[in-house]
Amino acid sequence: MRFTGSEVVIKTLIDNGVDVIFGYPGGAVLPIYDAIFKQNELRHILVRHEQAAVHAAEGYARSTGKVGVVLVTSGPGATNAVTGLTDALMDSIPVVCLTGQVPTHLIGNDAFQEADTIGITRPCTKHNYLVKDVHKLSRTISEAFYVARSGRPGPVVVDLPKDVVNAETNYEKLGKIEHRSYRPVTHAEPSAVEDAVTLVESAERPIIYSGGGIINSGDRASKLLKELARVTGFPVTNTLMGLGGYPGNDPQFIGMLGMHGTFESNMAMHDCDVMIAVGARFDDRVTGRLSDFAPVAKKIQIDIDRSSINKNVFVDIPLVGDAANVLEAFLAVWKKRKSTTNKKAIENWWEQIERWRKVDCLKYENSQSTIKPQYALQRLHELTKDLDVYFTTEVGQHQMWAAQFLRFDEPHRWMTSGGLGTMGYGFPAAMGVQIAHPKSLVIDVAGEASFLMNMQELSTVTQYRLPVKVFIMNNEYMGMVRQWQEFFHGGRYAESYTDSLPDFVALAEAYGMKGLRATKPDEVDDLITEMIAHDGPVVADVMVEKMENVFPMIPAGAGHHEMKLGSDDDVAPRTEDGMVLV
Amino acid sequence: MIHGRWGIEVSGVERHTIACIVDNEFGVLARVVGLFSGRGYNIESLTVAVVDVERELSRITLVTSGTRMIIEQIKAQLGRLVPIHQVIDLTDEGPHVERELALLRVESTGEKRAESLRIAEVFGARAVDSTQESLVFEITDTTDKLDSFIDHMGPLGLIEIARTGVVAIGRGAEVP
Ligand SMILES: Cc1ncc(C[n+]2csc(CCOP(=O)(O)OP(=O)(O)O)c2C)c(N)n1
Ligand SMILES: [Mg+2]
Repeated sequence: MRFTGSEVVIKTLIDNGVDVIFGYPGGAVLPIYDAIFKQNELRHILVRHEQAAVHAAEGYARSTGKVGVVLVTSGPGATNAVTGLTDALMDSIPVVCLTGQVPTHLIGNDAFQEADTIGITRPCTKHNYLVKDVHKLSRTISEAFYVARSGRPGPVVVDLPKDVVNAETNYEKLGKIEHRSYRPVTHAEPSAVEDAVTLVESAERPIIYSGGGIINSGDRASKLLKELARVTGFPVTNTLMGLGGYPGNDPQFIGMLGMHGTFESNMAMHDCDVMIAVGARFDDRVTGRLSDFAPVAKKIQIDIDRSSINKNVFVDIPLVGDAANVLEAFLAVWKKRKSTTNKKAIENWWEQIERWRKVDCLKYENSQSTIKPQYALQRLHELTKDLDVYFTTEVGQHQMWAAQFLRFDEPHRWMTSGGLGTMGYGFPAAMGVQIAHPKSLVIDVAGEASFLMNMQELSTVTQYRLPVKVFIMNNEYMGMVRQWQEFFHGGRYAESYTDSLPDFVALAEAYGMKGLRATKPDEVDDLITEMIAHDGPVVADVMVEKMENVFPMIPAGAGHHEMKLGSDDDVAPRTEDGMVLV
Repeated sequence: MIHGRWGIEVSGVERHTIACIVDNEFGVLARVVGLFSGRGYNIESLTVAVVDVERELSRITLVTSGTRMIIEQIKAQLGRLVPIHQVIDLTDEGPHVERELALLRVESTGEKRAESLRIAEVFGARAVDSTQESLVFEITDTTDKLDSFIDHMGPLGLIEIARTGVVAIGRGAEVP
């Protein structure tokens, strides 16, 4: 039987297990929208800006482990998607983005709504395809799914000229996709695994440092990581992306590390003698000054992407492969060899870590009159911790406080823009999470400035009755920018005041949503309770202390051991180099 | 002991010749070039041509330089590109043959003409075109030899140079 290219697109998506796509129509994709109209297996969610479509797909992907799918038109549709694609690339989120394109005979002619989508998205995708032949359409889309989800996941663009989706072809369900050249390595070399076990046996001040790779690898990886922690008794720290990959309520968990991580995890990283990195890429926000990064540690790194190894930090034992497979191999060797750790040394190490923990680095001065952002998040955590809840965030101070004060006991519950730091990520991502988990509570912890960047999606959540809760930590500042200006630019708050804010409660109501506001600490619990209880979308405007700073903090260009605990400490950049860091 | 990208002790800069076997498809070269420009790596030379028509494979040969850590990064990054089948570091793999071709157009009359022909002979270059006032030489050799030949021709009326960049291949019977 003959099908149009558009019908083939829909069939191929369904055959790849897709049940929902996030998109926005336009001239170049009209035939595909027509095909969407004529069926009812595949659900389409109409966003209000293409960037939001990609973030929604990311939220969907991150909270389910499946591939998120996006459909946008040519030209401005594709260029609007670029931020989302870059975000997905940086955080290794599997996304397939179908972009419309002008007909093949017009490509290169500066046709109406033509953009060089393949050229523009080449550096911000894991791979991209231009389909010029309708007979290759189905195979290419299936290959895009394979590339997006295998190895180190990432976004893949498939550019679809209008004549190709209008042409006719046969359709056959494809078997297993084997790519001609793309072969992700999945299992580490056995001899390197043996070496790693030997090193771990001898460790006196060890640390396990795990990242987003644990979550991408899947629940098996999280379980095996727990087992590794159990059999060794080692402390575990997570990156921002890795939160939930190891249970936050576990006594061996010592908190997030990095610029705003806990004192105990950063000090332990600095002093450790053996480090086991799992699915973490030694990002500059994590390492601080490289020459002071874990200076005496022997390092083991488990990563599926060879290019993540020895990129910033020299690693002694690289284990290239899927985190779950490598952890499994490691534990098998550990059992076979009946390995043990240096119990006495590990005990001493834990005593040291407990001393650091006692510093209580997240303590803050609470107030009776103004809502401290930390307090609001503590209450949010307390009142939601027993619920089936997912959190997303925007980018800024609120994001860091959320990472510090919320707690994640399982993977997939925490969605944040780590690598790119995209303001405007959290709200559309929350929509994607809510679509995937219609019965769950989904909360976007937002800053007022970030929320402004994608608040057009209020219309989307209203249309689809998505009961997403936007919890705005409203400090009327681009707080993170203001904090850096306070520390590094003499308190000159250039353009960081969020002037002319809307009345968020009235704004919510304008969309027929519920709006809530708290201005005093004693209103916070009621606001949260009402927000949770409401069976529909809510915008909660929580007016927090304007000048609060995020601590602890490793000043830019400093080492982990130079962490600052509060504003009495000097947080100026340590070096000239530090001053130019972002 | 610590190797890093910014401001940190960097071991010596090495020059490597790397061959990539790639799908001969639209955009592959842009991916490779984009990788180098996007990540700030050096490209000293780059050549590309189809080497297997049936299997639609091309070979890209590139010469790059950087610290050991950067070279390893470059290879890992190249290996990550979806249409790349194989990355071969010829410099690391040991004995290999490197060749480059250059064409030199020289204004040459009288004594200079005889002199340039004599030097060409020494370098094993061939005159492939000749007019009353000019010669075109072709030389195929290592990059060093080409540089040296060009230096010699400079004072003898060198007008224009075209070079292909390096192509290279391993030695012996082993399949890479
Ligand atoms: C798209 C984008 N533009 C600019 C920035 C730089 N930036 C980082 S945090 C921040 C301020 C965020 O303000 P807000 O959302 O109110 O959060 P707060 O820090 O006040 O909690 C800015 C402008 C960014 N991360 N993303
Ligand atoms: Mg703010």
